[in-house]
Amino acid sequence: MGSRASTLLREEEIEEIKKETGFSHSQITRLYSRFTSLDKGENGTLSREDFQRIPELAINPLGDRIINAFFPEGEDQVNFRGFMRTLAHFRPIEDNEKNKDPTASEPLNSRSNKLLFAFRLYDLDRDDKISRDELLQVLRMMVGVNISDEQLGSIADRTIQEADQNGDNSISFNEFIKVLEKVDVEQKMSIRFLH
Amino acid sequence: LLLLLDFNPFDNLLCILLGISFTVWFTLLLVFIIVPAIFGVSFGIRRLYMKTLLKIFEWATHRIERGAKDNNHLLYKPYSNAIIAKEPTSLEEEINEIRRRGSNRDLDSASEFEMSDIFYFCRRGVESIMDDEVTKRFSAEELESWNLLTRSNYNFQHISLRLTVLWGLGVVIRYGFLLPLRVTLAFTGVGLLVVLTSIIGFLPNGRMKNFFSEQVHLMCYRICVRALTAIITYHDSENKPKNGGICVANHTSPIDVIILASDGCYAMVGQIHGGLMGVIQKSMVKACPHIWFERSEVKDRHLVAKRLSDHVEDTTKLPILIFPEGTCINNTSVMMFKKGSFEIGSTVYPVAIKYDPRFGDAFWNSSQFGMVNYLLRMMSSWAIVCSVWYLPPMTREVSEDAVQFASRVKAAIARQGGLVDLLWDGGLKRGKVKDTFKEEQQKLYSKMLVGTQEDRSRS
Repeated sequence: MGSRASTLLREEEIEEIKKETGFSHSQITRLYSRFTSLDKGENGTLSREDFQRIPELAINPLGDRIINAFFPEGEDQVNFRGFMRTLAHFRPIEDNEKNKDPTASEPLNSRSNKLLFAFRLYDLDRDDKISRDELLQVLRMMVGVNISDEQLGSIADRTIQEADQNGDNSISFNEFIKVLEKVDVEQKMSIRFLH
Repeated sequence: LLLLLDFNPFDNLLCILLGISFTVWFTLLLVFIIVPAIFGVSFGIRRLYMKTLLKIFEWATHRIERGAKDNNHLLYKPYSNAIIAKEPTSLEEEINEIRRRGSNRDLDSASEFEMSDIFYFCRRGVESIMDDEVTKRFSAEELESWNLLTRSNYNFQHISLRLTVLWGLGVVIRYGFLLPLRVTLAFTGVGLLVVLTSIIGFLPNGRMKNFFSEQVHLMCYRICVRALTAIITYHDSENKPKNGGICVANHTSPIDVIILASDGCYAMVGQIHGGLMGVIQKSMVKACPHIWFERSEVKDRHLVAKRLSDHVEDTTKLPILIFPEGTCINNTSVMMFKKGSFEIGSTVYPVAIKYDPRFGDAFWNSSQFGMVNYLLRMMSSWAIVCSVWYLPPMTREVSEDAVQFASRVKAAIARQGGLVDLLWDGGLKRGKVKDTFKEEQQKLYSKMLVGTQEDRSRS
């Protein structure tokens, strides 16, 4: 398993991923090793089953939604670039990045992109709006069978009422950002690397 | 005619040479390996071998590191070390923290649901994608230094000429000299076991039969130990399992059995196989009572428990050897112990086995290799080096049930062997995780939402 890792990932690819995601060289090689160890079919891509084989992810109530975030619309396989692009959302925000060139495109791990990742977990049909129905479905995933439909419904209604500003009975991305403006997104949606 | 005349003397010479080398070979084998095995003494050759190998490995690793530095490359780092830092906070703690700091409402009214609650599950999920505790236990541990085996090298491009020569020499030694030697020994050991135990089977039951049976078992296992060039260090032998007890140990490979049985006599437990394995099992049970189950009987838990408890009640019978994990784990952790052996109610003698992976990885990845392939790999490694600790005996206390007792024993073994103590089931190697774990998390979270409603209605 391990002997393929450093031979298959070329230096140019590592450089490209570095530019796109901001991960360091050693982080990329380690995550590549992780990618190959998950890739049981050894075909350079991961399927949904490969993710579901991770027990800690399988018992996460939102496991399926998180797995879904890795797969672009309509696709069933994700390659290493796509894998890294999604993981890049969880890179901690470093201070020196805040002063970067303003014309460069927004880094994947900006506050806004982290919030977008979370927004997409709620937005099941990817129409850039969280409807009452979608909110109910996600809530149901998180609570299982322990709360009745009526109670859950009233929780959903209250949440939309507080967040919705333009009266369309659903939450848009901007309304989502407003609700969470005081939350320390940078810390809660970041994963600290050891190297 | 001329050609015939040419070959004849040459043929004779060849035969004589072969005959002489064979005799020398066998005498050396007998003197240095088989005779010490019979008496249980050691010349110390294996330890010297081990020290020499270690020095060579260190040199090889330095060369690779130098080669990498010269070419300005970064070395591939082993994956088994943690990639990320995981916060050990619980679901409740973290969601409350997010809510407290980020809520738009005033702090008096306890909120029931916040959209930011999702962050906790989200981050935990992605953390487990980057690095989880379970999936890495089912593949061989990766090493920091190279031990001249192709199968464990990840930095191929940094090998210099000198290293390649050394590696080539290693291949010649391992496959040309060590492997045939070990295979001969293995056949000798197994053959002797089958023949001698069958002979002992004819003796009448009694102290003499038991004595001879023990000696024969020990001798054959010691030959097998040498067949693997296993260098074993036993610690705390005063805690060795006694009759009427159950010995439990962590499981890494089938070799575990040979390692433990060459230092003490045990009654084995297992399923009857066909083929060579079946022959060995049937002859072993003639000399002393082992517990072999038919395939159909294995499913019947009551039958299994009954036979085990009958055995331990008879104090003339040897202690039972059981591996409660149920499957081979890669020796970096100890996984859930199945409670069956802990329900029987006799004294449990825990044993911790830790292999040193620098000389050859003993882990049997049964989804990757079959048994024969695995044994060949073992016999063509440098050596199997391991440490065995006999832990003090434990008994189930009145206040705990079998599951808690099993966890206590598991924790003791993990602590002694320097292994990670995991709650996860080794069965996850092949099967899916149970839904009950997910339901537990959902229940916990639901309490956070609904619990505050109750407070509200009260106030």
